[in-house]
Amino acid sequence: MTRPVLEARNLTKEFRGFTAVDDIDLLIREGSIHALIGPNGAGKTTVFNLLTKFLQPTRGQILYRGEDITPLKSAAIARKGIVRSFQISAVFPHMTALENIRVALQTAEGSSFSFWRSGSTLHKLNDRCMELLDSVGLAEFANTATVELAYGRKRALELATTLAMDPKLLLLDEPTQGMGSEDVDRVVELVRKAAQGRTVLMVEHNLSVVSKLCDRITVLAQGAVLTEGDYQTVSADPRVREVYMGSDGSGERGAEPPTDPAEEVAP
Amino acid sequence: MNQPVNPADIHKVIIEQQKARNRKKMMVNGVLFLLLLAAPFMMYPVFLMKILCFALFAVAFNLLFGFAGLLSFGHAAFLAAGGYTTGYLLSNFAGLSTELGILAGTATATVLGLAFALLSIRRQGIYFAMVTLALAQLVFFFFVQAEFTGGEDGMHGIPRGHLLGLINLEDNLNMYYFVLAVFIGCYLLVQRIVSSPYGQVLKAIKQNEPRAVSLGYNVDRYKVLAFVISSALAGLAGSMKSVVFQLASLNDAHWHMSGEVILMTLLGGMGTLLGPVIGATFVVNVEYQLSQGPLRDWVDPILGGIFVLTVLAFRSGVVGEIQKLVDRNFK
Ligand SMILES: Nc1ncnc2c1ncn2[C@@H]1O[C@H](COP(=O)(O)OP(=O)(O)OP(=O)(O)O)[C@@H](O)[C@H]1O
Ligand SMILES: [Mg+2]
Repeated sequence: MTRPVLEARNLTKEFRGFTAVDDIDLLIREGSIHALIGPNGAGKTTVFNLLTKFLQPTRGQILYRGEDITPLKSAAIARKGIVRSFQISAVFPHMTALENIRVALQTAEGSSFSFWRSGSTLHKLNDRCMELLDSVGLAEFANTATVELAYGRKRALELATTLAMDPKLLLLDEPTQGMGSEDVDRVVELVRKAAQGRTVLMVEHNLSVVSKLCDRITVLAQGAVLTEGDYQTVSADPRVREVYMGSDGSGERGAEPPTDPAEEVAP
Repeated sequence: MNQPVNPADIHKVIIEQQKARNRKKMMVNGVLFLLLLAAPFMMYPVFLMKILCFALFAVAFNLLFGFAGLLSFGHAAFLAAGGYTTGYLLSNFAGLSTELGILAGTATATVLGLAFALLSIRRQGIYFAMVTLALAQLVFFFFVQAEFTGGEDGMHGIPRGHLLGLINLEDNLNMYYFVLAVFIGCYLLVQRIVSSPYGQVLKAIKQNEPRAVSLGYNVDRYKVLAFVISSALAGLAGSMKSVVFQLASLNDAHWHMSGEVILMTLLGGMGTLLGPVIGATFVVNVEYQLSQGPLRDWVDPILGGIFVLTVLAFRSGVVGEIQKLVDRNFK
């Protein structure tokens, strides 16, 4: 077993008496692609917000490679190499695709307070930006304002921006949400590529994506960990199927239960 | 359908476009500069200086509002702090070189701006505006009570003195070119800031703050810096104004003034460089023209009406709407 990159202990978040995240323990192993799944409202995004300190935990502790990072601020956590994406696409809409990426590179470059310097001093970052854009198939849109990009491309840009930070641990909140199947396949490939040499924790409703990518799955329901294991184990668990059915019988987006691979081959 | 693309080619295009934009900017700057250089031979210099002081005030405000997305409702405090400090020093220390008085006024506004920023920056949206307004009201009451300001009467007869101890500023033309030089310097500085590496980060924070945080930016610090630079320039505008009119009064500290600079900026076009200049020119002219005629008691309602019209119909202001037209028809 490889050592844990991130560990959460007794993580709890209460919103005025309502417990959105209830005493969760989480262990993310180095080099793994770890999925966090669960029905709508299970608390997945809240867990992300706690791990990156966008929300202050009511109780609990977060350890990064053994170091207690619970007191750190969001920006400091990001600079440590834990970089998150957002459930709703998060780009800088009125900047070009290239500028979006460059802003991420500027964090490390260290001139971000230089208000007296010419903007052309940033051109030295452009080559790296083009490389990153190329890696997600967006090179030709480098000079396009981000608002004008199609949804799938915005999400690809977001991923490239996140990768520009060269994160050690990537937190992806539903990277395929709202995408057609073609785009989904592209994202799966991108995440697979991005995961090389990194650790990924992702929230994902699309279970075929989870089965293709993830080594380990944690199932959340009503703010608590229901079960954890690989896809086989989790999808065979009757409790998992139950929470999915119970939460939303209408078969809306993302609410379908995981299918047991063994069942699929049956006639 | 996808042409094979060569990143290097695209990069070249980007650099070319950047250069073209810079050339355009230089041209606009050049035209503006020549106009302002010749202006005192066509118009009364004191009136022009009034426009320039308010234009600088609006440019300063717009750096914070238009480029950092922070709506301060307390910028009058900085205008007044600059004006009173400069006025006090020049009135009480004969022989003090004018530029030193102005520098001291600017410094006072800068420190005050830092205090405002530290107290308000964590508040979001309307709460931020409310905290800045409340702080500016405190400053206003301080100026009402403090003896050196002359209270309701204001501070009169501030000597213009000599620039560097040499150039006599009692001469309106000398004074004008000094104001112009300061204005152009500040305008170019703001232009530089907006396109600097820092300006890029500021833009990103304005467009999507949580995302900027997730990329490791300590956004409050960037906002504080924008606030401090903005208040420094607003203070400088106030200092210049008190020297030009030889007067510093409570008008400058009143919340009404904080509202007026918002109006100027919105009217001209927030987030554009030229917008606040045009907005200030317009408002100062309208106020002057109306005060000369039978509508002199109606200045505020008329400006208010223009404000409402702008907000409802021309969201992007004069410069913004023109830019949109150009983009639509020439691209
Ligand atoms: N800031 C907040 N204040 C109050 N309640 C909140 C807040 N954020 C989340 N919640 C509640 O916490 C619960 C968990 O929300 P969360 O967004 O984490 O769910 P999720 O698992 O990400 O769901 P989805 O699949 O819909 O994205 C929900 O009931 C939600 O209403
Ligand atoms: Mg969510």
